[in-house]
Amino acid sequence: MTKNIVILGAGTAGTMMSNHLRRALDKDWKITIIDQRTEHHYQPGYLFVPFGVYGPEDIVKPIEKFIPDGVNLKLGAIDKIYPEKDKVVMVSGEEFDYDILIVATGTDIAPEETEGMMGPHWQKDVFDFYTLEGSSALAKKFRDWEGGKLVINIVEMPIKCPVAPLEFAFLANAFFEQKGMRDKVDIVFATPMSGAFTKPKATEKLDYLLNEKNIEIVPDFNVMAVDGEAKTIMDYGGKEVSYDVLVTVPTNKGSDLMERSRIGDELNYIPTDRATLQTKVKENIFAIGDATNIPASKAGSVAHFEGEVLLENVLNYIQGKDLKEGFDGHANCFIETGHGKALLIDFNYTHEPVSGTFPFPGVGPLNLLKESRMNHMGKMAFKWIYWNMLITGRHLPFVTTKMQEAGKNFD
Amino acid sequence: MEKTIGNKTVNVSEDGYLIDLNEWDKDVATAIAQEEGITLADDHWKVIEYLQNQHKNDVPLTIRSVGKSGVVDIKGFYALFPEGPLKKASRISGIPKPVSCI
Ligand SMILES: Cc1cc2nc3c(=O)[nH]c(=O)nc-3n(C[C@H](O)[C@H](O)[C@H](O)COP(=O)(O)OP(=O)(O)OC[C@H]3O[C@@H](n4cnc5c(N)ncnc54)[C@H](O)[C@@H]3O)c2cc1C
Repeated sequence: MTKNIVILGAGTAGTMMSNHLRRALDKDWKITIIDQRTEHHYQPGYLFVPFGVYGPEDIVKPIEKFIPDGVNLKLGAIDKIYPEKDKVVMVSGEEFDYDILIVATGTDIAPEETEGMMGPHWQKDVFDFYTLEGSSALAKKFRDWEGGKLVINIVEMPIKCPVAPLEFAFLANAFFEQKGMRDKVDIVFATPMSGAFTKPKATEKLDYLLNEKNIEIVPDFNVMAVDGEAKTIMDYGGKEVSYDVLVTVPTNKGSDLMERSRIGDELNYIPTDRATLQTKVKENIFAIGDATNIPASKAGSVAHFEGEVLLENVLNYIQGKDLKEGFDGHANCFIETGHGKALLIDFNYTHEPVSGTFPFPGVGPLNLLKESRMNHMGKMAFKWIYWNMLITGRHLPFVTTKMQEAGKNFD
Repeated sequence: MEKTIGNKTVNVSEDGYLIDLNEWDKDVATAIAQEEGITLADDHWKVIEYLQNQHKNDVPLTIRSVGKSGVVDIKGFYALFPEGPLKKASRISGIPKPVSCI
């Protein structure tokens, strides 16, 4: 008898899982993947668009190109999950029954959550760079901007790719230096965190770099409202920061499909076991990528490491075996610092990013928590790896699913 | 490390957060609040009780979730514990320093 696996979302994690599962399961299993978009975006590329490094041709490819033969791709918006009926219903009314459901609907910006964020100033002097529209509009703005005060702001945590706003600040610094107008631009980084990042050792290093690059940091800043006319952002404590150009990372939220299905938390993330990736909604519902509430970074590299664990656990579930507590929170992120250099951080639930060498202990060639040209080449190579290996569910060479402790300088 | 707060010796972390909620009492809370320049009133105690209960139930705390709790809204939370409300309120409540998400 045929059985059904339904995957919600054909972004990084969903596409990868469709490839993993089609290879692992026989034809008795029908695999369906659903997405509302026809395009797959390489989101890490958004960061480079405002500075003219990448254009849409680097970022956009057809979604179906990466879905393997033997997987049924359904285009359309998902309305609701009915866990008690093992059923998914589309906005069109079409229904899909499943034996196993994998939720991979990601997270997206919700600028409407902040008072005054949207308005005539949106994409005129208030921009996001978490969408292709936002980063393209910003590229246009920067082309002939004569300078002023550039404020980069994170509205609230968690956000996907939590290092991206910092990278943006570093790249802006280098961009305006290269244009010979850095003296005409003030760069301010206003964040709800107490420093540059969430982990102490990396924060120390990154605070130092911000300082060195003359980027002012305004910590503990929780935006309450944007005043588009006066060009200021105000925080709940009464502090104000004025801007000429505001680059915001708005509140990030999971799909409102979670709210409609009454299975998400207050930010529409689906409660998920952090080690097995089984959701707490029902035993036949699993989740992966940015859609979960697990305390790991929301990043493509994380989705990749989760994928190998999730594949194993779906197979365990099918065979009636115990699930493996296999996911350790492993994240591996390059941090662009400008002028062809980058930093690399590698960490998990229990180990914060520290200095050392990667992926070969004592050898490298990549350096952890230290700026280098090699790291920058790693970051640029990530685009090729993404399109050719990551979303097609290939094992990345030399990189292990579980974080390695060797080669790292823990105290 | 050990620290004398008010007239009691308690164990605290490097950042001055209690290690063991059992060592917490209202005098300790009042003394920590004083260090933070806050005089505790009824509204503060309601928030403290809420935070402690959430902590006991393993619910991760964020400013947003406190703001949606019905106990206090975000603006009110800032008014009660100015500047870093979640950090200050957690320290006064005797629960660990909030880990801002990754
Ligand atoms: C600016 C930026 C820079 C980044 N840099 C890096 C980096 O350097 N390294 C790194 O590892 N990661 C980076 N990331 C993060 C990475 O892109 C994401 O973590 C990753 O894409 C998450 O994959 P996902 O499958 O969970 O979600 P997504 O890839 O976002 O896919 C979710 C899919 O679900 C679909 N969907 C959602 N709701 C519905 C619905 N109701 N009906 C139908 N379809 C629906 C969407 O259309 C989408 O296609 C960056 C992200 C950004 C924004």
